[in-house]
Amino acid sequence: MWAFIIRRVFATIPVMLVVAVVVFLLLRLSPGDPAVLIAGDHATTQDIEQIRIRLGLDKPLLVQFLQWLWGILQGDLGTSVFNNRPVLDLIAQRLEPTISIAILTMSFAIVLAIPLGIIAAWKVDTWIDRAIMVFAVAGFSFPVFLIAYLLVFGFALEWSFLPVQGYRQMVDGFVPFIRHLILPSVALGLVYTALLARMTRSTVIEVLNEDYIRTARAKGLGMDAVLLGHALKNAAVPIVTTIGVGIAHLIGGVVVTESVFAIPGIGRLTIDAVLQRDYPVIQGVILVASFVYVLINLVIDISYTLLDPRVRY
Amino acid sequence: MAPGGAEACYHPKILERHVKETILLPTDAAWTPSRSRNPVLAFFLRHPTFVFGSGVLAILTAVSIGAPLLTGYDPIELNIAHKLRPPSGEHLFGTDAFGRDVFSRTLYGGRVSLVVGICVAFLSTLVGCVIGLLSGYFRRLDGIVMRVMDGLMAIPGILLAIAMMALLRANIAVLIIAITIPDIPRVVRLVRSVVLTIREQPYVEAAVSVGTKFPRMLFKHILPNTIPPIIVQATYIFAHAVLLEAYLSFLGVGTPPEIPSWGNIIAEGRLYVQIAFWSILFPGLFLGMMVLSINILGDGLRDMLDPRIARKM
Repeated sequence: MWAFIIRRVFATIPVMLVVAVVVFLLLRLSPGDPAVLIAGDHATTQDIEQIRIRLGLDKPLLVQFLQWLWGILQGDLGTSVFNNRPVLDLIAQRLEPTISIAILTMSFAIVLAIPLGIIAAWKVDTWIDRAIMVFAVAGFSFPVFLIAYLLVFGFALEWSFLPVQGYRQMVDGFVPFIRHLILPSVALGLVYTALLARMTRSTVIEVLNEDYIRTARAKGLGMDAVLLGHALKNAAVPIVTTIGVGIAHLIGGVVVTESVFAIPGIGRLTIDAVLQRDYPVIQGVILVASFVYVLINLVIDISYTLLDPRVRY
Repeated sequence: MAPGGAEACYHPKILERHVKETILLPTDAAWTPSRSRNPVLAFFLRHPTFVFGSGVLAILTAVSIGAPLLTGYDPIELNIAHKLRPPSGEHLFGTDAFGRDVFSRTLYGGRVSLVVGICVAFLSTLVGCVIGLLSGYFRRLDGIVMRVMDGLMAIPGILLAIAMMALLRANIAVLIIAITIPDIPRVVRLVRSVVLTIREQPYVEAAVSVGTKFPRMLFKHILPNTIPPIIVQATYIFAHAVLLEAYLSFLGVGTPPEIPSWGNIIAEGRLYVQIAFWSILFPGLFLGMMVLSINILGDGLRDMLDPRIARKM
């Protein structure tokens, strides 16, 4: 098992290396001089020269990449072109709202989706199953901003039940903090629920077709006993995998949701960076987001060995 | 793809029948007769999801292309005197803050979604197919290509697209490329997995032993097997691309703002969410309906092309 875990940890290195190369090349492959791009339209030749030297753009490409990579490995993601602050600090500042939305969304989705998926699989091909599947396909087809604005319109504008937008830090009181996060998390959570419910259903159906389920049924166990005692245990691993894969979708959804509710998180940081042409920040956000994705999937893969006793490496 | 079931599903004979039965159905006279005398009704009863999805998509496509016939209003003509009017007989979906007709803008906006969606689906499939075929066939290439694809998949697609849009000039072509690149790894993985299954088949061995050359091998024996799963995958990519285009435009980094696209209309309407909800609601509903219809179409195609895995996914 330890050999597997070590191997799995090392397997993330090439993946992150590819991410780093892509992120690095993004800026270099763009037409035109990156220094000119960063400097903007009103820069003088001196400004451009300064930026070029500061970013090391006057050195060969490979040297630039290795220096940049060496910096990242030491936790230096560069400095913002816009306000000269370390990118890592800027990201750290914006983490609280984004992580809060992500956790609430996930919790909401897991609590709702897994029972829905199981019920759909249990009652497969009945109207209950169909209704859940219609909800599921609609849930990930309708844009998150439409769901968000419908919620805003209903709960915030018409009934003044919840705040329309904005964010309160957790230190300023837990109740306002949660109140500001309910609508964003529910809006995004509905999309995520749809995805997860569909995956849960297919996984449980697949498990229900296994031989040992037939054996369990044959020895006289009722459907509910089989479902709870045999099927769920075996469906757990693929369901957890889905949760991990869904993280990538979640990050995209968070960016849009933050924009709808004017929440100062990572998404807002990215969009602001794009508008200000602050490339080091954009690069930093992509690196951190990809790293989080790789890390979560690593944890999930390793947790297999704990969840599923059949998995032996 | 269903584990285990894949081999049998993609056997050329079965596949040929599936493709004939499904893709070529409306024009194929050799189709097995159904109990019902009305072939249209019989087809509808056998594939309700496919018919519903393609029907809704066809209607949405028709109204976007035929927009000039359906509305007398220019989608970009300003008419400040008529600003923020609620839906009425004169302006079916009301007007926006500049007095532009939302109905007209919504119809025309569908064109952007369709063009972007179709181009992304086509391009990512084409590029993904070539890479996937080569990677699945040449083992030496496989390791490197798969590491690169893993790396690309680790980057949240929306962030990669945002970064590319920030670097390059904002126009529809760049937008299409920015949405295509994150989708390529999905096609590559799919095609590769089909190729890996196929190349173990006895008939491939037989073809090799009678001296079939590589290009003929690839195009005659392997490529045809990848088509059904690719068609299904391309449909989902189409849906995803339409949604992503709207998200990027909504965030202000997608379609240039002077072109009416659903994301742009909603982005402009958000400032008036309280007084002119219609300028968010209608384009949002159209967008949701289009993505939903494409997703349902994909589900229908999947059920038709491979009934064995239909229940599972």
